[in-house]
Amino acid sequence: MADNTSVTHDIQMTLPAVAVVSESSSRPRRSRPVWLSWDWLAVLPFFAFILAFLLLPTFSVFRGALLDDKNQLTAEYMLNLLGPQYSGPYISTIEISVVTAVAGGVMGFLMAWAITIGGLPNWIRSATLSFCGVASNFAGLPLAFALAATLGRNSLLVDDLNNIGIKLYPSFSVYSVIGVCLAYTFFQIPFMVLIMTPALDGLRQEWREAASNLGASQSQYWRFVALPILSPSLLSAFALLFANSFGAFATAAILIGAGPGSLYIISIAVQRQFSSDISTNPHQGYALAVGMVIVVLVTILIYSVARGRAERWRPRGT
Amino acid sequence: MWLAVALNDGVHAAPKIGGKITMQKKRASPVAWVALLIGMLYMGIPLAATVIFSLGSKLHSISAPSPISFSAYLNIFSDPKFGNNLWFSVGVGLLTIVISTLLLVPLIYWVQLRMPYLRSVIEFMTLLPIVIPAIVLVFGLLAQYRNSYLTNGDTGLYVLLTGSYVVIAFPYTYRPINTAFQAINVKVLTEAAQSLGAGWFTIIVRVILPNVWGGVLNAAFITLAIALGEFTISNALAQSTFSNYLFNIQTKIYEPAAFTVVAFILTWFFIAVLQQVTQRPSQRRNQPVIVAPAAAPIDPFGTLHTDAVTTKE
Repeated sequence: MADNTSVTHDIQMTLPAVAVVSESSSRPRRSRPVWLSWDWLAVLPFFAFILAFLLLPTFSVFRGALLDDKNQLTAEYMLNLLGPQYSGPYISTIEISVVTAVAGGVMGFLMAWAITIGGLPNWIRSATLSFCGVASNFAGLPLAFALAATLGRNSLLVDDLNNIGIKLYPSFSVYSVIGVCLAYTFFQIPFMVLIMTPALDGLRQEWREAASNLGASQSQYWRFVALPILSPSLLSAFALLFANSFGAFATAAILIGAGPGSLYIISIAVQRQFSSDISTNPHQGYALAVGMVIVVLVTILIYSVARGRAERWRPRGT
Repeated sequence: MWLAVALNDGVHAAPKIGGKITMQKKRASPVAWVALLIGMLYMGIPLAATVIFSLGSKLHSISAPSPISFSAYLNIFSDPKFGNNLWFSVGVGLLTIVISTLLLVPLIYWVQLRMPYLRSVIEFMTLLPIVIPAIVLVFGLLAQYRNSYLTNGDTGLYVLLTGSYVVIAFPYTYRPINTAFQAINVKVLTEAAQSLGAGWFTIIVRVILPNVWGGVLNAAFITLAIALGEFTISNALAQSTFSNYLFNIQTKIYEPAAFTVVAFILTWFFIAVLQQVTQRPSQRRNQPVIVAPAAAPIDPFGTLHTDAVTTKE
């Protein structure tokens, strides 16, 4: 019974710990300050990891954007972002993100409406949500290839349209900004469905009944009751869809990456600055990256403020 | 209540407000069908077209159909690089899962037990990767560790790849594990285990871990899905990942389409498994495993991966 001693030893060792654990909430804090506690040892690995793989690299990007080759502080690269050469990719990426967020958002919202308030059968609702769960994950490279297989020069659809006299090419190409927009819209739709379905479920029947008891028509109900309630949810969803498109890289890299991608897509413009090409400048690349972080940060702030307002309408306890 | 499984929804169909469903059933308007149809066509046509395209070894069309050919599929499956890169990515994914679990489980346990004042800081830290786009993160890593062990060799780049995967997965791994922790009483379990003589290792591995297993598995599957699909970072680090293989075969005609079909089926498979994983313990224990807290906001980027399919109410 060699184990016996160690077990009793263990119990003796842990008994004081039990006392501390169970009384820690009621007993006033010990005299030792919080930050000196041994507890920090347990959470240290996580913070070290975050520091090494997230905070320091981000700091490096900011430093690279604000220093020049001689390590002198300079605002030149950041100010360049406002000039025509480097503001172009931002503007067009923002435009692409807005267009796809609106297009995908509207289609997604209507689908979400159809499966909730629209009253489609329950199995359709489940099937749609299930499909959207998969489709919203279907982004990146495979999505670009799917689009190329659908609307590429050799594709079935283009070929058949050709046969009936509709010639898409050469005025249209899937390897273009339009192709990128079509692809982004593809993942925005299911995303929107998944975000808006719970929000639409949260519209209570009582509100509709109250409105109609007071003589409101269907459109008045939507204009004065439902949409104002949904507006924070819609705004937060829009911010998310926007951020989703804005940071995307892989799909665009396939569709227009080799061509004029860096003129239109900011993530490709950043990547291009780090290529071995002689005309590129890493410092400008860091500045472009900082600009990206700022845009995403603003978007996420809008998201969280809107989200907070949307929460007010969420029924408690569900 | 809040965890409904989309594929098997009959049980959850009971409406919260009586009569809601029956009233709406009558009103299933044609507009709703049209709205659904438009969306489904937008998403369905590319998928169908890709399947058809991947089966054709020659240019074909409805007017002049050519026989179905699986040669594109055979080509990718017989390419040794396909398997090599797939296993490389699976390996990185598994390593990422192990590291995330080792970092997060003790962290969340300890914070819940002893340092609740840290929770909001940690929550913020785990959401931070959302604000830093992957393209920014990877060039930040390369700048930070320029001319060091981490950037001068394959092993170092592998470390960078795995480390950045752990970080970009944090927004999706922290929440399921944290939510699983909130469903159990950490303090009571710890005290009970301690009074029975358990040491810290035993407590975490044999008492706490089985109780949060659902959350850990959930996080693991999301992580694996991220590792298999991630392109931006692995491309910049020039690692032989699954997505880089895909990027390199883009010049071929039918293979990318075949690959896309495989990727879509894989995605579907992962999400189905995820549903099973998050569902089964709940049936066994007659108590739901928490994927998303009911009142919590649907996390945008979290939605992208899991809540999408699992959260309905």
